[in-house]
Amino acid sequence: MNGVQLDTLGSPRSRRSRVRKNRAFLFVSALASLMSIVILAVLLGSIVSKGLKHLDLSFLTDPPSRKAEKAGLAPALWGTIWICSVCAIAALPLGVGAAVFLEEFKPKGRFKRRVHAFIELNIRNLAGVPSIVYGILGLTIFVQMFGLAGTANEPVWSFGERWRDQIVDTSGQMLDIRAAGKNAPDLELRDGLVMRDEDGRDVTLRVISAEEAMEIEEAGVVAADAYVNRYNIRSWYYVQLPPGRTVLAGGLTLMLVVLPIVIISSQEALRAVPNSLREAALATGATRWQMISRITLPAATPGVMTGSILAMSRAIGEAAPILVISGVVFIRFFPKNLMDEFTAMPLQIYEWAGRPQEEFHNVAASGIMVLLAVLLTFNTIAVILRAKVQRPLQ
Amino acid sequence: MKSMKFALAGAVALLGIGVFAGDASAQRNLRGAVKIDGSSTVYPITEAVAEEFGAVAPRVNVTVGISGTGGGFKRFTIGETDISDASRPIKAKELAACKKNGVEFIEIPVAYDGLSIVVNKKNYWVDYLSVDELKKIFLEGTNVKRWSDLRADWPDVEIVMYSPGADSGTFDYFKEVIAGKTGSIRPDMSVSEDDNVLVRGVAGEAGAIGFFGAAYYFENADKLKIVPIDGGNGPVTPTAETIENGEYAPFSRPLFIYVNKNSARRPEVRMFVEFYLESGPDLVEEVGYVKLPPEIHSRTEKNFRTMRTGTQFLDAKGEKVKGPFPSVYQ
Repeated sequence: MNGVQLDTLGSPRSRRSRVRKNRAFLFVSALASLMSIVILAVLLGSIVSKGLKHLDLSFLTDPPSRKAEKAGLAPALWGTIWICSVCAIAALPLGVGAAVFLEEFKPKGRFKRRVHAFIELNIRNLAGVPSIVYGILGLTIFVQMFGLAGTANEPVWSFGERWRDQIVDTSGQMLDIRAAGKNAPDLELRDGLVMRDEDGRDVTLRVISAEEAMEIEEAGVVAADAYVNRYNIRSWYYVQLPPGRTVLAGGLTLMLVVLPIVIISSQEALRAVPNSLREAALATGATRWQMISRITLPAATPGVMTGSILAMSRAIGEAAPILVISGVVFIRFFPKNLMDEFTAMPLQIYEWAGRPQEEFHNVAASGIMVLLAVLLTFNTIAVILRAKVQRPLQ
Repeated sequence: MKSMKFALAGAVALLGIGVFAGDASAQRNLRGAVKIDGSSTVYPITEAVAEEFGAVAPRVNVTVGISGTGGGFKRFTIGETDISDASRPIKAKELAACKKNGVEFIEIPVAYDGLSIVVNKKNYWVDYLSVDELKKIFLEGTNVKRWSDLRADWPDVEIVMYSPGADSGTFDYFKEVIAGKTGSIRPDMSVSEDDNVLVRGVAGEAGAIGFFGAAYYFENADKLKIVPIDGGNGPVTPTAETIENGEYAPFSRPLFIYVNKNSARRPEVRMFVEFYLESGPDLVEEVGYVKLPPEIHSRTEKNFRTMRTGTQFLDAKGEKVKGPFPSVYQ
């Protein structure tokens, strides 16, 4: 066998043909990689050429608009930052934890090994489930909490909000007073009641009849039938159950989407840590926990972080589950707490791209550029962090 | 702007609920939230109104979603949203869900949308199509596969059909006109939820025919050929005039908002709807739809003022009320 091969190697004719084959293969490989670069370049080129003229600072700070030239991305940008942060905070510890358990605490018994294999198979399957399915799952679990108790508008439990009543006096200014709660008795308008005006000054009420109110314009004077509007102010830590179609539900749903990716990539990273390191740690008397926390996990960190970057890149671009969870496209406010409604960049881009007007397709292209920029920023931060924590194995 | 505020003040005063508006500062400081979801066809109108409303009452948080007419009603019937955008009247099933959950609503048409039927630019032969011919093309079980099957003097070119997705109100409306209650639309069409894909599809294939909202045709008039439709009174091309005066039958449809009556008692919601009725007609045209004729618009104002609840498109038995829109909606 060997002799035959050596013989062919030696033949000048076959050597020429082998060199030719080698060149042909190199050419095919180069072409393949060139193709992907060309496609990417064409894609980026068409997006940049369409989107560049609309891209300016006001695009990043303005709310959406019916006029393409005024349309902005700010609420969607902040919505995306919020839900991706919630997603990262929830998915990374859970994912890495699950990977550590599956890799470092492998069971020994026959039955337990089967269960272990079954779980691994399922996680691999889950990574391929279309994200819209997670959207529907998230709607049931996180938005409605299986409909067990309460609704988003009538939560069973909430914490961190204040209720106020507002009325308008005859001079047209808005007066304001604290209410005991959402379902507290209606505010009774009476003479001498002290309310707060827009500048925070105290105003004493004088209640007069509706007919008289037509004539008088004076601060603090209110008609007896003035409409009382009860509204609430929520602090940054406001929470409620069930959460409803909010930042928290959106972020946790994205967590479901990316969790399998985080687990699988973390497992791969842990598997790549040489067993000799584990054995050495255990041999010197380290416990399992010491071995994992000081040896295995630090050694696997670069791989874990690469996987996490990929996972977050997927999360930031997901439109389908967000459409199910939020559905909101027009919103002028940024989220201020976990229980605020939101929209996200992919959803906003999807809506713009579906418009009949050509100008909105260009706005969508600008949106894609911002999305790519945010993605690049996230990735850069992760790469820098990875370089910082990376230590050579000793 | 000023006249708008006075109009608002007047409208709110007419509602007989005390003085709440009237002064700019009162509106500027009004707080609260208005939750809207529903049809993506109606979305551009509601978005435009919400945007303008933001300048008048900047502290009211108006959110508008695009879950689709059916998806929007699902949330509306359980009281999750204050207003539902709809590109068709409410269905009997949805009405029943409202009754079950104690949700009462005010039905307000806000604009007309024409459904445009288009063919490729290279299609020189189609001068118009009658509704019967459309039925032959789009109904299941007919033998029409080529243009020559339709009229003998037309060329032997395959008919390629493009249609919006079955979840859209646009498809629902087309199906109702063409197939009625019992028939079904043929399944072998190219379907896309994105109307721009349909535009590109029809523009790229000589034998193609497709349908979608007229706004998409108006924006792409240079790439497509519009087909005048003969609904019994001669061929009519969809334009703002023929859609508004009802000549473009049967393919012009009204678009609606449905307002939860309980929500409408809240000042921010009431003010938003009043603002919608006041500024809607101008904004409707700006975003590519056709405004309602003045007499129907004044009916909508009256119906909201008097808080007339329920739908006018279903009778007591839940059957569809027949007849042209202006005579059904009072």
